[in-house]
Amino acid sequence: MALDRWIALILAGVCLTYGYTAWFTMDGGLAPFMQRNPIWPSTFPKTLSIIGLAASLVILLGLEKAEAREGEINYRRLTDYNLGQALLLLGLMVAYALCLRPLGFLFSTAAFLMLGSFILGERKYLVMLLVSVLATGIVWYLVQQVLGIYLRPLPDFIGG
Amino acid sequence: MLEGLLIGLQTAFSIQNLLMVIGGCLIGTFIGMLPGLGPMSIIAIMIPVAISMGDPSAALILLAGVYYGAIFGGSTSSILLNAPGVAGTVASSFDGYPMAKQGKAGKALTIAAIASFAGGSIGALLLMIFAPALSSVALLFHSAEYFALMVVGLSAIAAFAGTGQVAKALMMTTLGLIMATVGEGALFNLPRFTMGIMDLQSGFGFITLAMAMFALPEALFLVLKPKIQVGKGEEIKDLRITRQEAKSIAPVIGRQSIQGFFIGVLPGAGATIASFLGYAVERNIATKAEQEAFGKGSIKGLAAPETANNAACTGSFVPLLTLGIPGSGTTAILLGALIALNVTPGPRLMIDEPQIFWAVIMSMFIGNLVLLILNLPLIPYIAKVLTIPRNYLIPFILFFTLMGAYIGQNNATELLLLVGFGICATALRFADYPLAPLLIGFILGGMLEDNFARSMQLYDGIAFIWERPMTLGLLAIAALLIVLPSYRNRRARLRMQGIADGD
Repeated sequence: MALDRWIALILAGVCLTYGYTAWFTMDGGLAPFMQRNPIWPSTFPKTLSIIGLAASLVILLGLEKAEAREGEINYRRLTDYNLGQALLLLGLMVAYALCLRPLGFLFSTAAFLMLGSFILGERKYLVMLLVSVLATGIVWYLVQQVLGIYLRPLPDFIGG
Repeated sequence: MLEGLLIGLQTAFSIQNLLMVIGGCLIGTFIGMLPGLGPMSIIAIMIPVAISMGDPSAALILLAGVYYGAIFGGSTSSILLNAPGVAGTVASSFDGYPMAKQGKAGKALTIAAIASFAGGSIGALLLMIFAPALSSVALLFHSAEYFALMVVGLSAIAAFAGTGQVAKALMMTTLGLIMATVGEGALFNLPRFTMGIMDLQSGFGFITLAMAMFALPEALFLVLKPKIQVGKGEEIKDLRITRQEAKSIAPVIGRQSIQGFFIGVLPGAGATIASFLGYAVERNIATKAEQEAFGKGSIKGLAAPETANNAACTGSFVPLLTLGIPGSGTTAILLGALIALNVTPGPRLMIDEPQIFWAVIMSMFIGNLVLLILNLPLIPYIAKVLTIPRNYLIPFILFFTLMGAYIGQNNATELLLLVGFGICATALRFADYPLAPLLIGFILGGMLEDNFARSMQLYDGIAFIWERPMTLGLLAIAALLIVLPSYRNRRARLRMQGIADGD
């Protein structure tokens, strides 16, 4: 089964769960006065679940044929591409999300930019350090001072 | 109208707004040149900046400047490197790149700039004429018609936006609508589908979703598949064009501005379709000798898509400003930004906040002028951005993506959602699912449901569908839009298998 049909299967599952909630469990807590309304909070989701299920089934069963297109990237041969780098970068983004608060903006961002270019194969450490520290400083200044959005600059334990 | 023009001029010519236009155009050109970053990603990244400015006219002016700057920048990289930064400029590389290879890069850039300028300006002129007319019609609309109109918009997007597979586009639209129902709706004051997670109480963040759908997959594609391209270091010189050349492209520009504009107005069709169609039309109506030159560096073949894509960008503002219904991914993002700034685009916009509407139109003229007289001479320097090593570029793109999602909400959970959705979006792109319908569905979802609920309450049931002829007509059009393409595909396939058509 091709990837698009696997995805359709997953989406069909999503629609079923969504539809189950909309049709059977959602209206339980509805206040009596709202039940006299012609439209309930679940009306629209009920319709959507049906349309979604129908569309996913059409894809899943291959009712609509289309010529196979060569995408930008052939997902069957992902390992031919720089998959490792992409996964590492995604991991790095998650790490950044988790560290942003505890370690503070300045440190996390500089580290993120440096590690990012390291993962991509850059080895000029001095340039990397300069670029990332400078960029972090500029962005922090712009966001904090010019736009006035608070970003905790320093780690917790320094009291940032 | 004259009054409106003057209000627009007054607003657009304030120092702040002039700086916004210039800044927006420069930023757009700069980033649009980078292969793999389309106008949607750039605008998504710029939104937090625009929103925190707090002034809706300035924000919209900035974002619109970024939008056509990005298209302009995309054509530069198409011409110089044969690596279009934006889908709407792919057709520009057909003739632009051969010209650059013949050493006429400067001339190609000038033609592109002039064509873009003319396309954009004529488009803005048409917008000025058509938008007020359309919005006075739209004032007659009832919530039932709004509901139907949005259904038409969504089905048109589903029918045209994908790569021919309506079911996939429909699926994505529905998924967007489903995601829009998550969280607390204004209508019922009841959290829905939050699974008890507090962070979902206010629904998914629209900027997060926009970043995850466009910026992140594009960045990941850049990582996965490094396009080999080395700045050739060739000098861009001789920006002039001769009078004869100007004469031969003038009719092309005239035709394509109008054609491009009207294609841009249609929901689902955008700059990309307009540019390809413009190229094809001009090739077909050219003389035999000129047809030979297409694809080998014809100036007409370059002027046509360049004019058309800029005119279409302007055209796509018509449904956004008059009906409040975005027809493309980019205008959907703009709509999201406007709603965040407490402005609801729609027919009332021109009455309630005329300064926004007219200032945006005026800024389009200024923006096009900026692109022509400021960006064109700077192009040789701006093109240096193409030599930034990818090792530095990609971490920065990722960082700005994260920042965009973070500073809107100041919530680190948003970043985890961003990465999660980004991975899903990349998988969807692998499988050839179009992503723009999802975002448009997500943005329209709330409005669609509100209007639906309002008309249900007014008519105490779904009677409004058959009691209001206009609603019924619009819904019939929507159904046709979905059914027709798949029916035609099926017939075409049967015919290919040798089954005779019964008439």
